[in-house]
Amino acid sequence: MNRSLRPLLATAVIFVLAYGLSVMQFPGLFSTRVLGNLLTDNAFLGIAAVGMTFVILSGGIDLSVGAVIGFTGVLVAVLVSWAGFHPLVAFAIAIAVAAAFGAVMGLAIHYLQVPAFIVTLAGMFLARGGASVITQDSVPIRHEFYDLISDLMIRLPGGGRLSFIGLTMIAVFIVGAIIAHRTRFGSYVYALGGNAVSASLMGVPVARTTVAIYMLSSVLASLSGIVFSLYTSAGYPLAAVGVELDAISAVVIGGTLLTGGYGFVLGTFIGVMLLGLVQTYIIFDGTLSSWWTKIVIGVLLFLFIVLQRLIFAASAPGEKAAKKA
Amino acid sequence: MIRRFLGRLANPQVGALVGVLLINWLLFPNFFRVTWQDGRLFGSLIDVLNRGAPVAILAVGMVGVIATKGVDLSVGAVMAVAGAVAATLVVAGYPAPVAVVVALAVGFACGLWNGFLVAVLDIQPIVATLVLMVAGRGIAQLITEGFIVTFTDPVLIFIGTGSFLGLPMAAVIALVLMVLVTLLVRRTAIGLFIEAVGINRRAASLAGIRSRMLLMLVYALSGLCAAVAGIIVAGDIRGADANNAGLWLELDAILAVVIGGTSLLGGRFSVPLAVVGALIIQAMNTGILVSGFPPEFNLIVKAGMIFIILMIQSPFAVRLLPPGLLRRAASRGTEK
Repeated sequence: MNRSLRPLLATAVIFVLAYGLSVMQFPGLFSTRVLGNLLTDNAFLGIAAVGMTFVILSGGIDLSVGAVIGFTGVLVAVLVSWAGFHPLVAFAIAIAVAAAFGAVMGLAIHYLQVPAFIVTLAGMFLARGGASVITQDSVPIRHEFYDLISDLMIRLPGGGRLSFIGLTMIAVFIVGAIIAHRTRFGSYVYALGGNAVSASLMGVPVARTTVAIYMLSSVLASLSGIVFSLYTSAGYPLAAVGVELDAISAVVIGGTLLTGGYGFVLGTFIGVMLLGLVQTYIIFDGTLSSWWTKIVIGVLLFLFIVLQRLIFAASAPGEKAAKKA
Repeated sequence: MIRRFLGRLANPQVGALVGVLLINWLLFPNFFRVTWQDGRLFGSLIDVLNRGAPVAILAVGMVGVIATKGVDLSVGAVMAVAGAVAATLVVAGYPAPVAVVVALAVGFACGLWNGFLVAVLDIQPIVATLVLMVAGRGIAQLITEGFIVTFTDPVLIFIGTGSFLGLPMAAVIALVLMVLVTLLVRRTAIGLFIEAVGINRRAASLAGIRSRMLLMLVYALSGLCAAVAGIIVAGDIRGADANNAGLWLELDAILAVVIGGTSLLGGRFSVPLAVVGALIIQAMNTGILVSGFPPEFNLIVKAGMIFIILMIQSPFAVRLLPPGLLRRAASRGTEK
């Protein structure tokens, strides 16, 4: 067994264990209905987390994700409900806006040489403020296209439903995994995260890759906003506040190293499902309050970060000795 | 002495604050009018001091953390925890001083936890403090059992809304903290150590600085400051709101520190200028409110401000502009 797959395996084992224990307590959890809903309810988070995986693999961070989701929702709602555009046209406009937004952040990060987190923080303020300036109320979306999409689903045996947005998330994960592990761009991302200086000496086009990474993250956040608007049939400027934190948590729990250069897109999928499972368990239990979600996520985050440190400290003793000095 | 003091006042941050205040005055002619009523001062200017105090206090703690090349994302959550602890204790019948001391101790402990993750386990600061940022609000809700705990304790309310020599208590506390921390870092070698660790932790350790201890202390100070801000905010609304107390204030605090000229890459910091940064942010907030713009513009203005600061600080700008014009920015560029 390849040792670099160990953190991924650890995440998968923990998910299976957690799911098994939950099923022992609540047998109702083991049904296609719950699993289908797990995919549908976490679709927007999963799509945003794929983008975040690329950003973190490259050694950066993107705090603007939640704000871009909110902004996209509002933009789509306003274009469809007030301006009378067809939803598909509105989606295209929203994704184009997000791509430009991500490109500007990438350019700023590369050419101004400032930490990604402060640039994307500014991006977060800008997107959230922009959404609030367009409208401060929740704008409902009523369009036959939306009804059409929500009726699109695959019925599973046992009463479960694989909804269109759940399938969209799975498709994004598959495409994301192919891009990360099977394309030249993917290896550039890993190289950047491993060591930006060596990457540039090896001929990796650092500027182009950085811009592309943040564009990808913003485009996926925008797609996530579209999915969120399909999920809620409305656009609200304060929607998805703090989703960036959930996405970062999912990526870390999925075994991606926060310093960059190491991780798997599939791990992020398990991370998202683990977060979803925590929420589902708390709903099933009924006596636990929702604040336990936050505490459990915090504890999981901590465990995985420490786990990563232990695994990587064990595999690279020389590096650890150097750091200790 | 006076000349030296005036010389220190002549810097871009103070200039920007004066500029923002003047724009406010143009938009709202009564901006500078301060009246004396019921033994305290009233007016928009006092309001800026009062409302800006929590962010200023957070910024005082955050400066040290950022100067060591770190960041503390958990301060907002720690504020909620400290407020929840103080409120729950006074409601349970403990005297207010006990509640305040315990809340401060909890904040200090939260900071130590962050410091432990960063200094001992060698975890990136953003991630290490993210743990408490996510879990902290849950813990605060656990303490308040999901309710907004309201209290009528006069001491806590005085800390949040009282006045001392006519000035709001919150502003007085912020000022005292700023002076204490400034003296601590500038009259002892601690400030120098912090800068050394921020520039190169390994070199600093080899030179004999106990960087691990120093990092723990820096994060603990940030947690302590967050607890102070949390008690003030709780006293202000006479209750502990675990969900909303200090929400997103960590971002304002980081922004205040960056406006104050502290380098995000570590190694250069100023406590008083970070407080000026907090006042600039609050002056803009107040200005947008009094001039009748919707408060949503705040976020856009803040985003614009971050971009302008980043442009000025970046090595890219230094290459474009004639040498000597931006000496401070240039020195940062070569430090890297």
